[in-house]
Amino acid sequence: MCAASSPVAGRDGLAVLDAEEIRRALTRIAHEILERTHGGDEVILLGIPTRGVPLACRLAGRIAEFEKLAVPCGSLDVTMHRDDLRLHPARALGRTELPAEGVDGKTVVLVDDVLYSGRTVRAALDALNDLGRPRAVQLAVLVDRGHRELPIRADYVGKNLPTSQREVVRVLLAEVDGQDAVMIGEEEGQP
Amino acid sequence: MKRHLISAADLSRADALLILDTAEELAQLADRPIKKLPTLRGRTVVNLFYEDSTRTRISFEAAAKRLSADVINFSAKGSSVAKGESLKDTALTLEAMGADAVVIRHPASGAAHRLAGWVRGSVLNAGDGTHEHPTQALLDAFTIRRRLMGGRRGSALDGLRVTIVGDVLHSRVARSNVLLLSTLGAEVTLAAPPTLLPLAVGSWPCAVTYDLDSELPKSDVVMMLRVQQERMNAAFFPSVREYSRRYGLDTARMARLPDHAIVMHPGPMNRGVEIAAEVADSSRSTIVEQVANGVTTRMAVLYLLLGGTQFPAVTQ
Repeated sequence: MCAASSPVAGRDGLAVLDAEEIRRALTRIAHEILERTHGGDEVILLGIPTRGVPLACRLAGRIAEFEKLAVPCGSLDVTMHRDDLRLHPARALGRTELPAEGVDGKTVVLVDDVLYSGRTVRAALDALNDLGRPRAVQLAVLVDRGHRELPIRADYVGKNLPTSQREVVRVLLAEVDGQDAVMIGEEEGQP
Repeated sequence: MKRHLISAADLSRADALLILDTAEELAQLADRPIKKLPTLRGRTVVNLFYEDSTRTRISFEAAAKRLSADVINFSAKGSSVAKGESLKDTALTLEAMGADAVVIRHPASGAAHRLAGWVRGSVLNAGDGTHEHPTQALLDAFTIRRRLMGGRRGSALDGLRVTIVGDVLHSRVARSNVLLLSTLGAEVTLAAPPTLLPLAVGSWPCAVTYDLDSELPKSDVVMMLRVQQERMNAAFFPSVREYSRRYGLDTARMARLPDHAIVMHPGPMNRGVEIAAEVADSSRSTIVEQVANGVTTRMAVLYLLLGGTQFPAVTQ
C-alpha cells in the first residue's frame, strides 16, 4: 500500500480503498470489459452522475491505453426515472450526454460508484430504454456493498464490500472531491 | 422554492437558476426519439383558462403531457362559468377532483393569488389581468441565456442590457420580466410613451425612457410588447400609425442594434404595429424559439413544483 496517498480515517470514517487500489481495480475492470466484449468493439461506457461519469471516462482512458481503441464515454442521468422521487424534495437534474452515434445496436456498459439497493440501476435501465435499443447492457461498479432490493447483479466489480445497512459508503474521486478514496463510516443523520 | 408560482418576485436568484438549469437539461429531450418522461405519472394538472390563449395553454398542456401527468383542460366558454359559477366554486370542484396543480389564466389581476388560498395543490399563474405572467418571464430568460450566454449551467444574466418596449401599462409580461431579469442581474430599461407606463413604475427595479432610438445602440436584447387593444378603454396614443412610427421596431431601427443583439416578442404579434414583418422574420428574432423554449421551461417548473414530496422545497 502506498502510504503517502492513503487518506486517514476522518469524518467520513475508515478508508477501505486508497488511490492506488482504485487505480488497480479500474485497470482490472478495463481488461475485463475488453475480454468479455471480445476486444471492446461497439462498446459505449455510460456513467451515472455524479461519480459514475468520471469513472466511465477513466475506464475509457485505460482501454485507449491498452488497446489503442477509442471507446466513447458519456453520461446518463436517471433522476426523472427514479422510484423515490416523491420521498424527497425535487432534485436538481444531472446531465445526459450520449455519444453522437447513439446507443442502438451497441453494448452499453453502465458505470456507477456504489451498487446498493439496485434502484438506481433499474432507473438507468428505464432511462436507457427511452434512448434507443442497445444490443446488450452491462454494469460496472467500483464498490458492491450488497443489500439488493431488486434482481440486479453487476458484471464488473471493483471491490465487494460486505456492509451493514447502518453504514455509509462514500466514494471520493479526484475529479469531484479532490482525492481518490473509498470510505466507510457510521450513518450520521443524512448520508 | 415556494409551493406556488404566482409572481416572478416569488423566485430567488437560486430558484430561478435552478429552473433554468433544469430546463437546459430537459431541452435535450426534444432531440430524442421518445420525448416523454415518466416523472409525473399519476398526477393531475388542470388548465383553468378564463381568457383566450393558444400558445400558453398548449404549451402547458404539452409540458404536463411530456412529464406523463394527466391533463384536464377547462375553458370558461361552454362550462358552468357561463351559468354564473364563481371562481371559488370552480376551484372547490377542481379540488374535489384531486388536482395536484392548477394552471390559471384569468382577466382579473390577483385571481391566481386568491385561488392559491382555496386549493391544496400548486397554483401556477399563467397570466392574471395586467399583473403577472411568470412562466413567460422564465422562458424569456431561458431564451436570452441560450442565445447570449451559450446556455451555460449556473450562469445568470449579469450585466446584460434588456430594453422592453411598448404597452407596459397593460402588460403582465413586462412586469414579470422586469422582476425576474433584474433578479438575474440584467439591467432592464422600459421604453414607452408616458401614457402607457404604470403610475408606480418609479418603484420597479428598472430604468424608464421615452426615447427608444437612444436606447437601441446599447441594448443586448429588445423585447417588443403587443399593443393590447382589447384592454384599451381610453385613447393612449393619437393613432396606431403614430405609435408605430415612434415605438415600432422596423428595419431602420433594427440596424441601430449591436450585431449580437436579439429581438424578442411574447406573441401574438401585431405585424406592422409594434414590429415590422421583416424584423419578425429576421435571424435576430427569437420568436419561434421562445415558443419551443416555453414547453421546456414549463416542464422544469412543473417538475420542480410537483416532482418531489407534497410540499416541495428544493435541495441542492
